[in-house]
Amino acid sequence: MSGPTPVHLLTGFLGSGKTTLLRGLLTDPAMASAAVLVNEFGEIGLDHELLERVDETVVLMKSGCVCCTVRGELADAMLSLHSRRARGEVPFFERVVIETTGMADPYPALSTIQSHPVVRSHYRVANVVTTVDAVNAPAQMATRLEALRQVGAADLLVLTKTDLADPDGAAALHARLAEINPSARLIEAREAVAEDFLAQDAERVLRVPAAAALAHHGAFRAEAPVTSFALEIETPLDWTAFGLWLAMLLHRHGEHIFRVKGILCIEGEERPVAVHGVQRLVHAPVHLERWPDGRRLSRIVFIVNGLDHGRIEASFRAFEALSQRVLSRQAAA
Amino acid sequence: MCSLCGVLGCDDHWTSAVARPGVYTQNTDRVSRRREASRRLALANALLSTRRLSLAEWQGRSYVLASPTGRTQIFDALSHLWPEAEAMAGRPFDPLDPEFIEKIEAIR
Repeated sequence: MSGPTPVHLLTGFLGSGKTTLLRGLLTDPAMASAAVLVNEFGEIGLDHELLERVDETVVLMKSGCVCCTVRGELADAMLSLHSRRARGEVPFFERVVIETTGMADPYPALSTIQSHPVVRSHYRVANVVTTVDAVNAPAQMATRLEALRQVGAADLLVLTKTDLADPDGAAALHARLAEINPSARLIEAREAVAEDFLAQDAERVLRVPAAAALAHHGAFRAEAPVTSFALEIETPLDWTAFGLWLAMLLHRHGEHIFRVKGILCIEGEERPVAVHGVQRLVHAPVHLERWPDGRRLSRIVFIVNGLDHGRIEASFRAFEALSQRVLSRQAAA
Repeated sequence: MCSLCGVLGCDDHWTSAVARPGVYTQNTDRVSRRREASRRLALANALLSTRRLSLAEWQGRSYVLASPTGRTQIFDALSHLWPEAEAMAGRPFDPLDPEFIEKIEAIR
């Protein structure tokens, strides 16, 4: 087994059809070598060779860091699976699917996989898949922040129960989902195949829409404060300055930044660098082989809750200008 | 141990991954690692100067944050910088605060 085992996080609101989707996908041979961790055995039975239950407990690691929310039981379950695989006690699996509880913000599970000192050396997050119930999602998204966080964290949005929704409502929901998370792929559950689910990381980070594509979005509305917008920067970025700026921004406002996703043109780097994070969590940056649309510029999409887009941009520009003054002075010294 | 954590000189803070390939192995290219650390320090100090705080390295392994009255705080992870700085300054460092943006624009 080379490298960390990919983990697919399946999230979505209560009753949005996570288990139904998963049951369908598990019949595909491509998913045969997946281990499945579930929070609760729902009413729909999953018939799968390697299926384990994880009880909900949250452990706050005592590292003094607010972003170290680790779900202890999840970490234990994942480490136990890894050990048993190594000893040959369970069927070999090459990926893990975690079905989260419907009420949950996906952040603690993501944080566990990335922050737990042992888990992180054996597993990596491959993608986040969120089911969205075409009938009930509009009401859920209007009243429940968790539902919006789940949509914001998604790499793939799977629309369920579309046969029960009226066409106008479905069109409005499509528009709203694209407004909240334009960087996610949107498919309908009846068309979903295992390949969609297993999409590799390269595709996951490549989907950063251009600012022009989002031009009609982004105005703050009190009734729907979760919106997305894109920053585009023509000049190459200083990585040090960008890192300090984003770390500071996420420290202070991470709770309201559901997603940040960027393809960056870094000073001194030939290839584009992809960065993405959920709330206060930033995944290790990835070097990409090519510029997605041939344009060498930095493009960062933010999904924010009630934060002023213009102010984020002003802050970013001020940091960039400051870094040029400070670092050029330092280089001259 | 979180994704925003990093230790100077041997950290796996996400911001170190690009500036320094092989960051996870801790044994590649010490010179560029030091150069990156000093750039980071210069920029962090410019930001901290808005609240009259300063940051120094300690043996290339930790950071020392100091207040104008001589209070110091040692920590070894970059992610602790802003919580520690806020605690020492007694107010938040908010990159979206117009007053803060104005202050950093005034730094020459």
